[in-house]
Amino acid sequence: MKLRERWRDYWSPREQVDTSPRVSDEVKYTTCYMCACRCGIKVHLKDGGIRFIEGNPRHPVNRGVICGKGASGIMQHYSPARLSKPLLRVGERGAGEFREIEWDEAIATAVDWLSTIRTEDPRKLAFFTGRDQSQSLTGFWATQFGTPNFAAHGGFCSVNMAAAGMYTLGGSFWEFGEPDWERTKLFLMFGVAEDHDSNPIKLALSGLRRRGAKFISINPVRTGYSAIADEWIGIRPGTDGLFVLSLVHELLRADKVDLDYLGRYTNAAWLVIQAPGSADDGLFARNEAGEPLVLDSAGGLTSGLEPGGKARVVGEAQLPDGRRAVPVFQLIAERYLDPRYAPEAVAPVCGIPAETIRRVAGEIAATAFGQEIEIPVAWTDWAGRQHSSMWGRPVSFHAMRGISAHSNGFQTCRALHLLQILLGTIDVPGGWRYKSPYPKPAPPGPKPAGKPGQVAPGTPLAGAPLGYVMSPEDLIVDGEGRPQRIDKAFSWEAPIAAHGLMHMLIRNAANRDPYPIDTLFMYMANMAWNSAMNTTETMRLLTDKDPATGEYKIPRIIYSDAFYSETVAYADLILPDTTYLERWDCISLLDRPIGGTDGPGDSIRQPIVAPDRDVRPFQDVLIELGARLGLPAFVTPDGAPRYPGGYKDYIALHERSPGIGPLAGWRGAEGDAQGKGAPNPKQLDRYIANGCFWKYELPPEQLYFKHANKAYLEGATAMGLIPAPEPIVLQLYVEPLQRFRLAAQGHGPVQPPEKDRARIATYFDPLPFWYAPFEETRTDPGGFPLHAITQRPMQMYHSWHSQNAWLRQILGQNRLFMNRVTARALGLADDDWVFVSSHAGRIEAQLKLMDGVNPNTVWTWNAIGKRAGAWNLAADSPEFTKGFLLNHLIGETLPGRDGDTALNADPITGQAAWYDLRVRIEKAPAAEAGHSAPHFAAFGHPRSMAPPPDIVRYGARLGRDEQQDAAE
Amino acid sequence: MTDLPARYPGQTQLGLVIDLDLCVGCHACATACKEWNTGGHMAPLPDFNAYGDGAWGVWFNRIHSFEEGEGDGARTVHFPKSCLHCEDAACVTVCPTGASYKRAEDGIVLVNESLCIGCKLCSWACPYGAREFDADEGVMKKCTLCIDRIYNANLAPEERQPACVFVCPTKARFFGDLGDPNSAVSELVAARGGKDLMPELGYRPTNKYLPPRRARPYVDDLAPQPLTALLAEAQSAADVANPLLRWVDRLLSR
Repeated sequence: MKLRERWRDYWSPREQVDTSPRVSDEVKYTTCYMCACRCGIKVHLKDGGIRFIEGNPRHPVNRGVICGKGASGIMQHYSPARLSKPLLRVGERGAGEFREIEWDEAIATAVDWLSTIRTEDPRKLAFFTGRDQSQSLTGFWATQFGTPNFAAHGGFCSVNMAAAGMYTLGGSFWEFGEPDWERTKLFLMFGVAEDHDSNPIKLALSGLRRRGAKFISINPVRTGYSAIADEWIGIRPGTDGLFVLSLVHELLRADKVDLDYLGRYTNAAWLVIQAPGSADDGLFARNEAGEPLVLDSAGGLTSGLEPGGKARVVGEAQLPDGRRAVPVFQLIAERYLDPRYAPEAVAPVCGIPAETIRRVAGEIAATAFGQEIEIPVAWTDWAGRQHSSMWGRPVSFHAMRGISAHSNGFQTCRALHLLQILLGTIDVPGGWRYKSPYPKPAPPGPKPAGKPGQVAPGTPLAGAPLGYVMSPEDLIVDGEGRPQRIDKAFSWEAPIAAHGLMHMLIRNAANRDPYPIDTLFMYMANMAWNSAMNTTETMRLLTDKDPATGEYKIPRIIYSDAFYSETVAYADLILPDTTYLERWDCISLLDRPIGGTDGPGDSIRQPIVAPDRDVRPFQDVLIELGARLGLPAFVTPDGAPRYPGGYKDYIALHERSPGIGPLAGWRGAEGDAQGKGAPNPKQLDRYIANGCFWKYELPPEQLYFKHANKAYLEGATAMGLIPAPEPIVLQLYVEPLQRFRLAAQGHGPVQPPEKDRARIATYFDPLPFWYAPFEETRTDPGGFPLHAITQRPMQMYHSWHSQNAWLRQILGQNRLFMNRVTARALGLADDDWVFVSSHAGRIEAQLKLMDGVNPNTVWTWNAIGKRAGAWNLAADSPEFTKGFLLNHLIGETLPGRDGDTALNADPITGQAAWYDLRVRIEKAPAAEAGHSAPHFAAFGHPRSMAPPPDIVRYGARLGRDEQQDAAE
Repeated sequence: MTDLPARYPGQTQLGLVIDLDLCVGCHACATACKEWNTGGHMAPLPDFNAYGDGAWGVWFNRIHSFEEGEGDGARTVHFPKSCLHCEDAACVTVCPTGASYKRAEDGIVLVNESLCIGCKLCSWACPYGAREFDADEGVMKKCTLCIDRIYNANLAPEERQPACVFVCPTKARFFGDLGDPNSAVSELVAARGGKDLMPELGYRPTNKYLPPRRARPYVDDLAPQPLTALLAEAQSAADVANPLLRWVDRLLSR
């Protein structure tokens, strides 16, 4: 090169920029698993590595966007904390000392342990699977094994939300319903702790603001979504139910309820027997056919199921036997018109001015009864009546963990649904809409299996272990009322525990209560750390030994995880899982699919890259174990593995019932059936060709009133989504709850133990009510004056694998956030180190002051603090030294009253009451400042786990190659 | 020491418009930027002490969250910040080697790594803290406005946007020609009163921020109707004594 040209290069600022570099060699579609939202992603592969991951623009969940966590998937996939070989514990539990073993030995060990259990007593296996998106497989496997001891993480997540919705609407917030985002004019969001769901809610809130719809956030903390709300109402934690019922009070006083809607779609007119002391008090008056009765205009009794019948909304009915009965609506009006629900009465409890409550009620009324929406789409209702348009009141609601994770969460969520129904906003234009495959009957079946007589050695369970109970007869208890599941779900302690109680598992197993188990088998839940209540005690229980024998009280623990999480160190046999980019999966209609308000859908994951370690997808391992154990559904009649290709084979070929399998799309030999059809061996190819998802778009006449829409109900029945095309009646009054209450009052053959009687009688109210969260009433309010709650940062939403080189730079140390005014009163300053005490213990944390938080509340980001030794992080990492978990302060039980203890849980569902926590804050002395507490000794790690790199230069080769290519 | 390109009216000036009314602080733009660019034109964007204390890395886009105002007017603001591709880019004029430069054809400010001597003068000159030093290679790096995406013929036309814009889940980010007063982004800025960041410093940043709208108690078509007035309308004297009476004659039809 000539000198003159080089001189010009140097002094010219120009360089040759390659503006059209080769982006990728190949693009593969799959489903994200960085959190539970199931967004569609496109993974760009280049030179054998992952160039980048982006959202799939065609995907119905995320429509092309991706969140902060999803866009960090590369760092998860290549994490140095990945496990690389099966492990057998050699040291003490919790020491992190392992022998690396081959898969043959790992599988043989598991088969050895499990086959003995199955032959002797299948209940001795407890199989719990965390944030598992393959529950249609794992639950089925448990059923085949024959153990009732199966559940996933719902009990410590949001079962209050799910159960309250299922028993009321046959659907629920988040997964099974959402606001009519395109049409709603007033949206109220309760208690969303930056959680469920991620991208869909972001897209939706953005759309709301652009359209000028009003968005009110009711939340103790003003971050994230609340930051862009038109109005933030910083409610005191655990009082949302009272606020909602005060809105109901105001709307009833003003006669702003939609009686026409109530008549058509709800049980508002059904008569409730008023006969205190009798065995059917509070149940619906029914005719001989079992149909609920209503009071007709002439004062007679007729079936409430007749289309077109006229029924009184208030009035006294006399039943043939002379007893009194009144319509459900009358009970509602009488209860909520009571002055105790007046804004002035609830204002001091909720920390919201009465004027605000009254104004919000006014806005709801003005929108619902002055801004109605009519869509010119004709439809036919369940009774065959034609309607010329679809008509709705455009007020909508969403709620999540801030409502759910309280001991009054079930009834609070019921209160919200009551408000929605009274306004006539369920599945109408502008209201709240079901997401397919919902609605289902309220509640949907089936009932849980696992009663004595349904469990037998070497035999599958008589049905699925999780389900919906309708009366005490359905509980999983023995003749004396004792729990029959290790987590005590569906017992008198937690009767409507629809998702099980994973948070009680380790405690009960270690205490051999209600019976000893042999093997605890867990997947994808960090139960020795951030998924546990009372983490310090949980770690102790995991290592607790029987003094008589010297053996662990939980004899064996098998765990599958892709990463070196805290729980791995406490397991005996570790089955290393793959990352989400190395596996098959299905997001199934049999579990929690990706259906939307506009129709059903499901999706798959496909392997994007092959594992570079000696790891196997958990579901493949589970299917192999099933075959080796001879579980009937996993072997052919001659005993050979039924799904030799593992989960991939199972997804395409398994039939749960004739024509119904894990995936609903492209069924039938030709792939032309949807919903029901014979297995299609080429089904997965069709999914891959379509971007790894299937979506069926409902025609316009089926988009609303799905609970009463003839065409929808018939179509859903044909597709196998519901058992029959019957209308789904919204349950303002939930009769199954009253059946439990009657039992507690001494009626019926199945009676609660004395210790449970008063609790059942009090809380199983068939109409929603508000009560103070238990921890507040069972601890000294002076001693623990503040509420303490958590949120998940959006970029780390869902916490089962939260070590990520990029994300930990954004948040590597969590602080305890406190209102400035509160801090001033306590003599505390920004950055102070403080002791945080609850009835269950004390931790140390660093303060951060802010304005946008309820003054009675402190909060932090969850699951940032980690246990030293875990996640292949260096010993000086802030996650260990300065981060903290609130979990240490949250007991599974509460201090006793008169010698008893109570679960720190919702009394109806058993949902973990994380957000009931009450604390005291004191400044730590200078000598103890500068680090978080408690701090646990670091445990070891597997030998094959290489020290993490100091510098990550991800992409250096990808980019450089490109530039060199361009230069050449 | 390095010249800026000559300016003329209507000159193309590509940049970002960020709507603070929609940003929820989710960090999607930040991590998507990191993900694209660590394998892109300025690859890599290294991370130091990646798995220990003091982890820090090169990020072209960072989110700052803060509170402003008091009482009922107070709000939480999420503020994404990357290079603003200033018209009067001090990071360019301060550069002693010509490494830091502003492209005449589209206004993008870039660093020619082969000329950068890592003196960091540009990072001192930038009032926005938008420069990112790669201590591993000893060169300065920065937002390229995804110059390897926006013109990339290997991407579908709708994907030819900066990664941060393409991914944004609340659609709070926009990309376009702010030199053209008739462009969609310029019109958006005009309609919403888009602001320069720290205009008093005189660097004439290209990127614009749309201010958060004041908390809106009501939307225009939803004039508040105090429920007390509704009450007066709904309730007769008898209703007050026994509110159930008003529904006595109501019949529900299934």
